[in-house]
Amino acid sequence: MQSWIPLVPDSASTFSWKVDALYFYLSGVTLFFTLLISAVLIFFVIRYRRRTPYEIPRPIAGSHKLETLWTIIPFLIAMTMFAWGARLYFEQYKPPQNAIEVYVVGKQWMWKLQHATGQREINELHVPVGRKIKLIMTSEDVIHDFFVPAFRTKTDVVPGRYTTLWFEATKPGKYHLFCAEYCGMNHSGMTGSVIVMEPREFDNWLSGNTGSTTPTVAGQQLFQTLGCVSCHGANGEGGRGPTLAGLFRREQQLEGGQKVIADEAYIKESITNPQAKIVAGFGPIMPTFQGQVTEDQLIQLIAFIKSLPGGAATPGASPAATPTEGPAPSPAATGSPTRNIR
Amino acid sequence: MKAIESFETPRPSEVNYINAQYGLKSWLLTKDHKRIALLYLGSITFFFFIGGLYAMMIRLELLTPQGDLLQSTTYNKVFTQHGIIMIFFFLIPSIPATLGNFLIPMMIGAKDLAFPRINLLSWYIYLLGGIITIYALLAGGVDTGWTFYTPFSTTFSNSYVVAAGLGIFINGFSSILTGLNFIVTIHTMRAPGMTWFRMPLFIWSHYATSLIMILGTPVIAITVLLLAFERVSRVGIFDPGLGGDPVLFQHLFWFYSHPAVYIMVLPSMGVVSELVANFSRKNIFGYSFVAFSSLAIAVFGFLVWGHHLFVTPQSVYAGMIFSFLSFAVAIPSAIKVFNWTATLYRSSISYDTPMLYALGFIGLFTVGGMTGLFLASLAVDVHLSDTYFVVAHFHYIMVGGALMGYLGGLHYWWPKISGRMYPEGWGRFAALVIFVGFNLTFLPQFVAGYLGMPRRYHAYPPEFQVFNVLSTAGASILGFGMLIPAIYFVWSMRYGKHAEANPWHLPGLEWRTQSPPPTENFEVTPVVTWDAYEFAPREEIEVVGKFGPEAERI
Amino acid sequence: MEQQREAGTLGMWVFLVTEIMFFGGMFLAYTLYRSMFPAAFASASNHLDITLGAVNTGVLILSSFTMAMAVYFTQIGKRRPQILCLVLTLILGLTFLGIKAVEYHDKYTDRLIPGHLIPSAPFGPAVNEHGKPPDHHKLTLLTGATLPQVEMFYWIYFAMTGMHALHMIIGAGLLTFLLIYSIKGRFDPEYHSPVEVIGLYWHFVDIVWIFLFPLLYLLGRHLEHG
Repeated sequence: MQSWIPLVPDSASTFSWKVDALYFYLSGVTLFFTLLISAVLIFFVIRYRRRTPYEIPRPIAGSHKLETLWTIIPFLIAMTMFAWGARLYFEQYKPPQNAIEVYVVGKQWMWKLQHATGQREINELHVPVGRKIKLIMTSEDVIHDFFVPAFRTKTDVVPGRYTTLWFEATKPGKYHLFCAEYCGMNHSGMTGSVIVMEPREFDNWLSGNTGSTTPTVAGQQLFQTLGCVSCHGANGEGGRGPTLAGLFRREQQLEGGQKVIADEAYIKESITNPQAKIVAGFGPIMPTFQGQVTEDQLIQLIAFIKSLPGGAATPGASPAATPTEGPAPSPAATGSPTRNIR
Repeated sequence: MKAIESFETPRPSEVNYINAQYGLKSWLLTKDHKRIALLYLGSITFFFFIGGLYAMMIRLELLTPQGDLLQSTTYNKVFTQHGIIMIFFFLIPSIPATLGNFLIPMMIGAKDLAFPRINLLSWYIYLLGGIITIYALLAGGVDTGWTFYTPFSTTFSNSYVVAAGLGIFINGFSSILTGLNFIVTIHTMRAPGMTWFRMPLFIWSHYATSLIMILGTPVIAITVLLLAFERVSRVGIFDPGLGGDPVLFQHLFWFYSHPAVYIMVLPSMGVVSELVANFSRKNIFGYSFVAFSSLAIAVFGFLVWGHHLFVTPQSVYAGMIFSFLSFAVAIPSAIKVFNWTATLYRSSISYDTPMLYALGFIGLFTVGGMTGLFLASLAVDVHLSDTYFVVAHFHYIMVGGALMGYLGGLHYWWPKISGRMYPEGWGRFAALVIFVGFNLTFLPQFVAGYLGMPRRYHAYPPEFQVFNVLSTAGASILGFGMLIPAIYFVWSMRYGKHAEANPWHLPGLEWRTQSPPPTENFEVTPVVTWDAYEFAPREEIEVVGKFGPEAERI
Repeated sequence: MEQQREAGTLGMWVFLVTEIMFFGGMFLAYTLYRSMFPAAFASASNHLDITLGAVNTGVLILSSFTMAMAVYFTQIGKRRPQILCLVLTLILGLTFLGIKAVEYHDKYTDRLIPGHLIPSAPFGPAVNEHGKPPDHHKLTLLTGATLPQVEMFYWIYFAMTGMHALHMIIGAGLLTFLLIYSIKGRFDPEYHSPVEVIGLYWHFVDIVWIFLFPLLYLLGRHLEHG
C-alpha cells in the first residue's frame, strides 16, 4: 500500500501487507453490516412511521429460523476473522531461528539498543533490509512497549523478564518508533526511529560505528572481573559450579528432578537468584549478584555464555549434551569432594 | 374511548413520593427507592461533569502536536482522572442506580426493593468513595492511568495512588450491594402473575448486570487492596524488583474490568429494548432470545479478559483461546441488534426523543461492537493495541452506546420521575447535536489509531494533527449538545408541562400509576395477566394490517 | 413473613458468593507463588505452630456445630438452649481469635513479619541458613528457598488469616447482637431469620478457615523430618 492513502501507515515489513489485508477485510465486513443495519433502520423508520395517533401494529413474536440464521452467519464470519488473525499472530510470535539479534533495554524515558556486533544506539535502530531481525528486550524500571507502526508489530517490554519481537524490513526508510505502554511523565517523549538501509549502506554504517566492544567480549570481561571463573572456569568448563559451555538452549536437570531449558531468562535468574534452581549434583553455594549487575551487564553476560562453544550453542541444534556437567575438570585442580555440599 | 387510553389510569391525587415528606432529613434518611434514585441522579451527574471537564482539557491539549497547554505530569493526571471518574463514578452506577433503582420495583409491581436500607447504604458508600477520590484529585491527583499498571503504580508513581485506590475500593461495595438488592428483588418480589417471561427486558438486563456486579467487583476490590498494600509495605507481589510479577496485576485487574464494561452496557441495552418496543408499539421480536443473550453476555464476559494482554508475555495459546471467546461474546450482542431492527418491521414508529436515542444506540453500538472484533483478532490487535483505535472503540460503546441509552431512558421516564414533560423540540435537537458531535469526535480516532498514534500521548508527531483537530471540533459540539438536556431538565422541573400518569399511552406496569408515583408505588398490588409488551388492540382502530388475538410466528 | 425470610436468606447467599470471589483473589496469589517457590513456602509453613492451628480448626468446627444448634433451638422455640448455644458459639469464636493473637505474637517476636525478614543491624537474621544447627524459635530454610520468597509466604499468611480474622470479628459482633435480641425474646419459631442468616455467615467463615489451615499450615511437613 502506498502512503497516498492516508488510512494506513508506511508498509515496511513482511507483516505489513498481511496485517493490512486482514484489516481491510475487517473494515469491509464492518462497513457492510453498519451500512446494512443503518439502511434497514432508516427504511423502516420512514416506511413504518406512525400515521394515525392511535394505531397499533400486529404483534409478531419472533422467528426461530431468522434467529438461527443471524446467529450462525455472524458466528461463521467471526470464525474466519479469528482463524486468519490467529494464524498471522502465530507467525508474528515465533521468532525465526537464524535472525540477527539486537538487545534492547527500555527505561524511563529512552531506548538503549545494542547490536550483537557491538554498536550501541540510543532511540534509533539501524537495520538492513531483507534480513530477519530479532529483538531481545527488557526494561530497567516499568513496563514499556516497543511499537513500530510501519512494521505493524509491537511487544511489551517488561522488567524482570525478556520478551522478543521479530521482523523483516522490506523498504528502506526512516520509521517511527513509539513507546506504547504508558510509563510515566515522558511517555510521549519516549520515541525514536527505526532506520532501514540497503545492505551495503548498512555495512558502511556498521564499520563506521565500531568503537564499543561487542556484548560478547564485554560479557567475557565481566565474567572475569565478577569472579565467575573461580567456579565456572575461564571458558565455562565447570568446576565447583556447573559447566556453562554449550549451556544455551540445552535441557538442564535440577535438584529435585525438575528439568528446565536454559534460555536467557534461566541464565538471568541463575545470576540474580541462584538458589531458585540448583543443578543436579551441585550445592547451593553460588552467591547472588542481584543489585551488583545492571540490565546491560546481564545482557552482556548472557551474550558471552551464549557464545561458549559446546554443542547446543547455536539455536536450533538439537540438545545432544547429557544433563550432567561437560568435560570433567582435572581432579587435582578443583577437587570433587567440594561438589556435593549439603 | 380509544383503546390506548383505556389502560387504567388511577385517579390523580396530590400526594406523590416527592412531596410526601419535606425536609432534608426525609431525603437523606429515606428508604424509598425512588428518592434514592434521585439522590444517585444528582451525584452521578455531578461526577459526569467533572469527568467531562477533564475530557475538554484533553481535547484542548491535543489540538496541537506539541505539549503546550499542560505540563506532561498534569496531562497524565488529567487522562487518568477522566478515566477513573467516568468509569467508576459515572458509567458503572449510572443506569442501575438511577433508572434501575427507580423502575425495577415498579416494573415488577412491588412496593420497593428487597432491602431498602441497604439501598440507602449503597448511596452513602458511593458518596464516601467519591469523596475520598475527590480528595485524591485535589491533593495532587493520580497519574497512573485508570488501569494502574504495575510496577509504575506500586513503585514509580509519586501521586496519590493509595487514596484513589481506596476511593475505588469503597465504591465497589456500593456496586455489590446494588447488585445483591436487584437479584433478591427480582427473584422474590414479583407481583402475582408476573412470571420470568412476562418481565420487561429492562429487568432481564439488570438481572444479568447484577450477576456481573456481585461476581466481578470483589476481584477488583482485592486487586486494589493488594496494590495499596504493596505500595505501602514494599512487599513484591507485582514488582519484579522485589520478586513479584507485573503481569499478574494485569490478569487480576482485567478479570474484573472486562466484565465491568458489560456492567456499563447491559443496562443500556435493557433501556433500548424498552424504547424500541414502546415507541414502535410492538413487542420485541425474539423476546426470549434477547433475554437469554443478556445472560450469555454476562457469562461469556468473564471468560475473555486475556484479550487485554495480547501484547504482554501471555502464552500464545492462551491468547488464541481468549481471541476465540472474544469473538463468541460478540454474537449475543449481534443477536440483540438484529432483534431490535426486526421489531421495527411493520411497526408504528414515533419520532420522539427517546426513540431517536434508541436508534442512535443501535447504529453506534454496531460500529463500536464491530470495531471490537478488530481488537479480538490477534494479529490486528498487535498493531492496534494502545493506539487511538482502542480509544475510539471503547468510546463508541460507552458514549455512543451506554450514554445514549441512559439519555434515552432519562427522557422516556422523565414524566414518571418528575411529573413534568421535557420540551420535545429541544430534546430532538439535542439528540441530533450529540449524535453529530459524537461521530465527529471519535470517527477520526479510528484512522489515527491505525496510522499508529499511540494513546496517552500529550505530544504527538505532526502528521496526526488533522485527526486531532477534527476530534476536538467534534468534542466541542458534543459538549454543547450535552449541556442542552442538563439545562432543560432542570428548567422542566419548574416550568415543564405537567405530565399525566401515562403520557406515552403504554401498557407497562410503571405507567399504571400516577406521575410522579406515590411512595408505595401502587395503591393495590397489581395482578399480572399480560405479557411484557402487550398493546391491547381494539376492533375500531386503524391498524397496520389485520390482526388476531394471538401473536403470530413467521 | 415468608417472602421476607426467603429474600433475606437469598440475600445472604448472594453476599457469600461475593465473599468467595473476594477471598478467591488471595487464593489465586497463594497458588501462583506456592507453585513458583515450593521450598520457601514449605520452610515458612514449618514454622507455623501446627498444634495451635489444629486446635483452632477444632474450635471453629465446634462453633459451627453450636451455631447450627442455636438455629435449631430457635426454630423449635426453646429459648434457654438457644441462648446457651449462642453463648458457646461466641466463646469459641473469641477463643479462636485469642489463639490467633498468640500465633501472631509468636511471629512478631521471631520477626517473621513482612518487611522485617531481611536482616539488618543490630538484629541477627530471623532465619537460619540451611545446614546450621536448628534453633527452636527460628525458621530453617530448605534447599532452594530464599528470604524474599519466605517473606512472600508471610505476606500471604497475614493477608489471608488477617482478612479471615476480620470476618470473625465482624461475626462475633453479629453474634453479640443476636445474643442481646435473644435474651430480650425477639426471636421465636415464627420470626428467626436473622439467626439463620447470621448462621450462614458463620458457617462460611468456618469453611474459609478449613481451606486456609491445610494450605498454610500443612505444607512440607513431610520434609521437616527428612
